[in-house]
Amino acid sequence: MTTLTLAKALNAGLRRALADDEKVVLMGEDIGTLGGVFRVTDGLKAEFGAHRVVDTPLSEAGIVGTAVGLAYRGFRPVIEIQFDGFIYPGFDQIVAQVAKLHYRSRGNVRMPITIRVPFGGGIGAAEHHSESPEAYFAHTAGLRVVACSNPADAYMMVRQAIASDDPVLFFEPKRRYHVKGEVDESASLADAPPMGVATTVATGRDVTLVTYGALVQTARDAALAAAEDGISIEVIDLRSLAPVDYAAVAASVRRTGRLVITHEAGQQGGVGAEIAASITERCFEYLEAAPVRVTGHDIPYPPAKLERHHLPDLDRMLDGVDRVMGRPNSLSGVEA
Amino acid sequence: MTPSDRDATGLLTRPEPFVQLVTPTGERRANAEFDPWIADIDLAAVGRLYRDMSIIRRIDSEATALQRQGELGLWPPLAGQEAAQIGSARALRDDDFIFSSYREHAPAWVRGVKPAEMLSVWRGTASSGWNPYEHNMAVPQIIIGAQALHATGYAMGLAWEGSDAATIAYFGDGATSEGDVNEALVFAASFDAPVVFFCQNNQWAISEPVGLQSKQPLARRADGFGMPGIRIDGNDVLAVLAATRIALDRARRGEGPTFIEAVTYRIGPHTTADDPKRYRSDDEIAQWRERDPLTRVLALLEASGVDSAGLEREVAADADRAAAELRAAITTLADPEPLTVFDHVYVEPNTHLARQRDHYTRYLAMFDEPGAGASDRTEGTTR
Repeated sequence: MTTLTLAKALNAGLRRALADDEKVVLMGEDIGTLGGVFRVTDGLKAEFGAHRVVDTPLSEAGIVGTAVGLAYRGFRPVIEIQFDGFIYPGFDQIVAQVAKLHYRSRGNVRMPITIRVPFGGGIGAAEHHSESPEAYFAHTAGLRVVACSNPADAYMMVRQAIASDDPVLFFEPKRRYHVKGEVDESASLADAPPMGVATTVATGRDVTLVTYGALVQTARDAALAAAEDGISIEVIDLRSLAPVDYAAVAASVRRTGRLVITHEAGQQGGVGAEIAASITERCFEYLEAAPVRVTGHDIPYPPAKLERHHLPDLDRMLDGVDRVMGRPNSLSGVEA
Repeated sequence: MTPSDRDATGLLTRPEPFVQLVTPTGERRANAEFDPWIADIDLAAVGRLYRDMSIIRRIDSEATALQRQGELGLWPPLAGQEAAQIGSARALRDDDFIFSSYREHAPAWVRGVKPAEMLSVWRGTASSGWNPYEHNMAVPQIIIGAQALHATGYAMGLAWEGSDAATIAYFGDGATSEGDVNEALVFAASFDAPVVFFCQNNQWAISEPVGLQSKQPLARRADGFGMPGIRIDGNDVLAVLAATRIALDRARRGEGPTFIEAVTYRIGPHTTADDPKRYRSDDEIAQWRERDPLTRVLALLEASGVDSAGLEREVAADADRAAAELRAAITTLADPEPLTVFDHVYVEPNTHLARQRDHYTRYLAMFDEPGAGASDRTEGTTR
């Protein structure tokens, strides 16, 4: 076991992938000489060369589109989108090409492309640097969408994403980049749980609290706080947003009878909406209360000094828990 | 150039010069720079290029007829662009990879794509016709200009592998306004990617004249991206062949990309769903018919002492056979099985889609069991 920050764990995972497969190439803006604006690719260009770790022109469509051509040729491109809010110029190539080429070519052409996206807020950044665009991609057939929440998962999941023959949107919780954790660098891909499997990070009896990315830690803290009030919360780190591990979520909800989903992204058409609907379909007779979503507001990402009023925090999560528990809460007496 | 050089639609009225080796009346024009690149093209080879162009023109017109008869949902005709497509495709080596739009039926035919493979997309029986790796040609691209980036990325990969193969990106004048094409030009130049950007300027992007896409001849843009731009008569198959060979040679020597503007004309509609009478005149079409890519080759051969009438007859018979094969291929294109709608979305097992497939399988199964509760439904609506 090694103690690594989440960013260093990603760096180690990328290094391992580059070493294991010569067809793996890293592409992105400032990822080579600088090592990326978050230093996730630090040192990799020096170690593997400019043809394996490629500083590209400033063009997200260009990066994704040339990665499609490289994948056609048999490469496994790993793209870094510098910030969540910068992904949209590459959106067409992701949605119309990366996601659909295997289908369009009737299985002849594979797109084993990993698109790494630092996502989420809480770092006091300027506009376009704090977004959570994951639902756009979860909605797109042909893509897999995952989000890591801790160094151990970051190390293994980035390797799994690169090894996957399907394209993967890989969301990294940027405000957790510097948090340390234990990483087993000797672990083999074969032994690790698949990317698509959710992890129960805290067990509980009363409420299932589902989340991913940076909010996993907040949810764990909320579970500890709730325990002091005698409420037992089970926290599930989804890890995979497309597909969702419904077997895990449904099994938990069947035991707790209550579901709260929390994410930084807005509510409308979000991952939480899909999970609430799917769990209601599958577990209706087990539910003691309607599922509750605790999410960012449906607004453009606000200025840094207001982001605490946008991002779900421990208290908002507990308010959501109170709603499904039928305890006094912010909406008590308010018609739904 | 001044605004007065354009007509009301923005088309150039005083054409920018381009390289032309065979005039519309079949006269051979000497060109010191281009001629060495086609020194091997003797009269027999010219005859073969004529044959290629005739056959693809016949295949194309047969496909248009098949659409009019209801056998195809849509067809994008290449009529008028035979020289641009045949000349460029015949310049390629078998290991050069083609990335095309939806109109490049001639390069597909040159690469041995079968008639049924050429038609399946347009009949709606499959989302693509052929395995790209069997023909070194990507499945056609419908998003305008997106393939320019794919050609560039593939070419970057070739260069990193140390291969001397190249790629060619086919796109039209309309695509030059797309970000993807411009970004491809930036990437290709920066990485010296062995890619040939082959722009068929056929004057029209559906109803929009090229003057709306560019205030100057497209080939001039190449300079700003840091690569050579060659402007050629795209209806002159020898000029196209020579220019593409020049560009490929440059790519193979590691000197990077070249932009070719092949000035041609889309004689037919954008697709069979289009009505070009709404946006262009008969006079304009008549003018371009005089610059036909095939008649000039026949005239050149005739002037060189070849029995062009005999060649024309012989090739017409071959072309009719190809058209008959195309028509016959329709009968092999059966409607796909319903559950294949779920095939190839992912390479690896996907729990979500597997469940959806399972549910739809159960739904369809209701119609297989008489009296199973679906008797009031019309069977045909789900098949």
